[in-house]
Amino acid sequence: MKLKSEQALELDESHVTVGQSFCDDPKMTMRNVDVFYSDKQAIYDVNIDIAKNEVIAMIGPSGCGKSTFLRTLNRMNDTVEGCRVDGQICMDGQDLYSPKLDVVELRARVGMVFQKPNPFPKSIRDNVTYGPKIHGLADTRVDLDEILEKSLRKAGLWEEVKDRLDQPGTGLSGGQQQRLCIARAIAVSPEVILMDEPCSALDPIATAKIEELIKELSQNFTIAIVTHSMQQAARVSHRTAYFHLGKLIEVNPTEQVFTMPKHQLTEAYITGRFG
Amino acid sequence: MSDSKTLIKIQHSLTQRNRAEARFHWYGRIAILIGLMAVALLFIDIVGKGHGAFRATYINLDIRYDADLIGIDNLSDTEQLSAGNWQALPKTALRERFPDVSSRRDKRRLNNLLSNGAGFDLKDRLLASPRLLGKTESVWVLADDDIDTYYKSWLDGNAYEARLTGQQIQWIGELHEQGSIKLKFNSNLFNRGDSREPEQAGIRGAAVGSFLTLVMTLMLSFPIGVCAAIYLEEFAPKNRWTDFIEVNINNLAAVPSIIFGLLGLAIFINFFHVPRSVPIVGGLVLTLMTLPTIIITSRAAIKSVPPSIREAALGVGASRYQMVLHHVLPLALPGMLTGAIIGMAQALGETAPLLMIGMVAFIVDIPNGFSDPATVLPVQIFLWADSPERAFVEKTSAAIMVLLSFLIAMNTTAVWLRRRLERRW
Amino acid sequence: MQATHLLSLLIVLGSFSFYVSRGRSLALANPLGGIRNLHSLPSYYGLHAALWCTLPATFLLAIWLIFDEIVINAMVMTDLSPELIPSGNASYNLILNKVANIANGILPRESQPSGLLDAADNMLSLNVVSQWSITLLIITLAMFGLAWSSHKLKPDFRARPAVERVMQNLLLACACVAIFTTLGIVFSVLFESIQFFRSVPIYDFVFGLEWSPQTAIREDQVGSSGSFGAIPLFVGTLLVSAVAMFIAVPIGLMSAIYLAEYADSKVRTYAKPALEVLAGIPTVVYGFFAALTVAPFLRDLGASVGLTISSESALAAGGVMGIMIIPFISSLADDVITAVPQSMRDGSLAMGATQSETIRKVVIPAALPGIVGGIMLAISRAIGETMIVVMAAGMAAKLTANPLESVTTVTVQIVTLLTGDQEFDSPKTLAAFALGLMLFTVTLLLNIFALHIVKKYREQYE
Repeated sequence: MKLKSEQALELDESHVTVGQSFCDDPKMTMRNVDVFYSDKQAIYDVNIDIAKNEVIAMIGPSGCGKSTFLRTLNRMNDTVEGCRVDGQICMDGQDLYSPKLDVVELRARVGMVFQKPNPFPKSIRDNVTYGPKIHGLADTRVDLDEILEKSLRKAGLWEEVKDRLDQPGTGLSGGQQQRLCIARAIAVSPEVILMDEPCSALDPIATAKIEELIKELSQNFTIAIVTHSMQQAARVSHRTAYFHLGKLIEVNPTEQVFTMPKHQLTEAYITGRFG
Repeated sequence: MSDSKTLIKIQHSLTQRNRAEARFHWYGRIAILIGLMAVALLFIDIVGKGHGAFRATYINLDIRYDADLIGIDNLSDTEQLSAGNWQALPKTALRERFPDVSSRRDKRRLNNLLSNGAGFDLKDRLLASPRLLGKTESVWVLADDDIDTYYKSWLDGNAYEARLTGQQIQWIGELHEQGSIKLKFNSNLFNRGDSREPEQAGIRGAAVGSFLTLVMTLMLSFPIGVCAAIYLEEFAPKNRWTDFIEVNINNLAAVPSIIFGLLGLAIFINFFHVPRSVPIVGGLVLTLMTLPTIIITSRAAIKSVPPSIREAALGVGASRYQMVLHHVLPLALPGMLTGAIIGMAQALGETAPLLMIGMVAFIVDIPNGFSDPATVLPVQIFLWADSPERAFVEKTSAAIMVLLSFLIAMNTTAVWLRRRLERRW
Repeated sequence: MQATHLLSLLIVLGSFSFYVSRGRSLALANPLGGIRNLHSLPSYYGLHAALWCTLPATFLLAIWLIFDEIVINAMVMTDLSPELIPSGNASYNLILNKVANIANGILPRESQPSGLLDAADNMLSLNVVSQWSITLLIITLAMFGLAWSSHKLKPDFRARPAVERVMQNLLLACACVAIFTTLGIVFSVLFESIQFFRSVPIYDFVFGLEWSPQTAIREDQVGSSGSFGAIPLFVGTLLVSAVAMFIAVPIGLMSAIYLAEYADSKVRTYAKPALEVLAGIPTVVYGFFAALTVAPFLRDLGASVGLTISSESALAAGGVMGIMIIPFISSLADDVITAVPQSMRDGSLAMGATQSETIRKVVIPAALPGIVGGIMLAISRAIGETMIVVMAAGMAAKLTANPLESVTTVTVQIVTLLTGDQEFDSPKTLAAFALGLMLFTVTLLLNIFALHIVKKYREQYE
């Protein structure tokens, strides 16, 4: 498909997402989701399912709303003054925005890894065991140590830090810090892990390690990852969703998105017309 | 070329402009110099006036602890002890030192060499070691404040003779030649409460009063201030009510301190019937006064904790209280403590509101608790500065030196704490 | 029991509830397979019990502390035997004091009228009744709280949100202390002032040219015209403040400009804190310095050139006050000057302007709103400053604009009127509150206006 003019890149108002937005056995479902910051609308009418144990990548130009969308999934947007979410977001059929829901419990089930590694300025041990402690996941010290080792092993960090568990987490290298943050997230045994551009602050070697880790984690967890790197999306994800100016343009299996995108905007983006 | 004409014009104006530049530069330097000179002058003046107060004049006398002279026969009978004529001890000793003094007037003048409290000092001495009764020992006895002033100025080379007679000056000269009059460390200054007699007055009562008042202030203002700061930074919704609280805090920080005194007088004393002059009411008033400072600095400390830490805590499912309690508060604590110390330094130096709530009363006893009448260091300075006796000038300056060293210590601690514990993000 | 004892009792009960409830929640969790099956951590169940046990009781205790004495006094006075019933407010207080002193054993019981002795006994027995009943009430309330919390204690009870709601309200209450302080100030000065304006017309107070409160001691002269005219005080305050600003503004401003624009970092690191030492010195020290060093120096200096300078001149008080305010102005001005964007300076310098031209023509005009705001805050500070003027300015109200003469200020009069043993309701003490009202209003308006200007200025460059 050839683009005739720049005009063709504009969105029509009655846009419908192309591709396979829905699946049979969804972990999370989003229907007609709108997000507003005060009066400004950031997300327009998004409908999508996230399947169990899949890795779904969100791509799109900066400011397209992919991070905002990710943060609606564990209600981290609650911390933003004036943010409002309309529509329905469910996990296992349970409405995440119902007033009865305890956000604390939700965030224990939906963990999050942030753009910049943000370990607590405490020891490595305290970083990982903080979540289990506040959620009462361990009754004894032995349980806690078990969780600590398991999480660090899963995050591929155990061998590197097992001799210095009581040293500050902030003393690790950037890549190690990010893996520590992943260990911290999985220590609570969440069902879903959200990753908001987890490698954007890391060098290529550290990035490769994290990507390897994501692939391994996908056996046990459902992972939604926002990335600005199309190569990364191509390497780690099963499905890819393309966002443009707050709208979800296309969702398809990753291979398809990168080889034969259905929508001209997706194609324009992956061929580098804008970004 | 017209360009060169412009250039010439510019070059013409340049000398004058450069001179203006230099002048302006010098105005700045002079302003700074004036400020620094004011600091230096203030310190030199205070130290110059006050350094003498750390030593007092004592006269060496051979004291015979004569039971008949005092009028007692039993050292354990308190009634007898308090009725005893203790001042007779040093008086007699002094008269033995100058046997040729005979007229009543001269005797009185001779007695005036000594402090009125000298006898009571000897009483304490005797009670500490009762076996001295009936024996004679050589004791350094505290001299009167006028003698003290004269002797110090005489040693410095410009004698201040206004309040002494020629004969007294001669006696002092004789004592000096015999080595029986000298300056010794003034322990009274640090061990005693206020007194009408300058040579016996000390700052201990005021210092203890200041300490109690500050403890009261700290116990109230730090928790309240930190809680208020946490609420405003972490939990308050953006609405009119919180805006109103903020405006209130900012304005209270600039309200004259004396107004807080009026508040204390009308509300705490007249309405709630808290007793006057006690550290409790002083602490309450100073709490309200320092609260804005503590809230404002605590908020700044909380603000400086990066949002990524909050996100990390919320991300693993901490509630907002757990986030604050486990992560934000420990990281903001050094900043909050710095603010608290600065607030306490402000409270320690405050005088005006305490005058309103009766902490200006003349109190001799050293307070033992929060509900004992007390005064504080700055008020003591104010009271002494108002006293007509010349010797109080020296005392006042000494009290100021003590107060300033406390303040400098507190502010240095605050700076040190900030440097040492505050994290850079 | 005394309030402090009751408070410690509550602390003990609270910690007891905490441990018991935490233990019970742990016991509940054990058969379920660990604390992960509880809604909240065990310590939250403990905290919930402790809060319910102590908070209502503490609240009750506070109310009792406030009203106990008032209620007992009123009861004693209504039961007073008829021949002692007081006629006026003053004798009411006198009798009440006597009764209390007899009851507390300060006054000897001998040779007192039997009516007073009865009243004192009445007061003692009422005190005992009151203390026992509050003790019982508090213990009952604490037990009810604990029982209520234990009743709620189940594995799915949402203890953490419940505790956090209470904490939220406590935090809010702390934040509201600021509002109550402002309210307290407004009410305390307003009520007394209204009482004052009943005896002295507000017009006479604000526009009167003569101030001599001492004459008002005599009953027949209360409110006599001219006694409470505050104009001389306002003029005196303005004169002293003007002298202070005359010294502080140029020096403070030039210091700030020098530090912000000219000084290298080495000078800045030493000179700035050294100047700020001036801000940390207590005002009473400045007062001492003004009264004992500066004033005599100025007087002698004046005498040597044939000028009569009063030893309590406005010049000495204002001058020292000016020195005190220098760091205040310089640090505020420093802030606003460094907030001016560098690009503005670059634009001017690139055209070939000298540095001083850039400062005078570009930086200062840009920073002007902030500087004006800072100066207004400084004026408000000068007007409200007390100790320097109390120690170095005069007592006598004189209507003059000559800084070499002695004047008095609003704050000096407040202190003079309120220190010493006056009766609280006399016009003299009430006048102090009226002056306080004036002072508060003026400084508040200045502050609000100045803070508004500074805030607007900051937003402009953010």
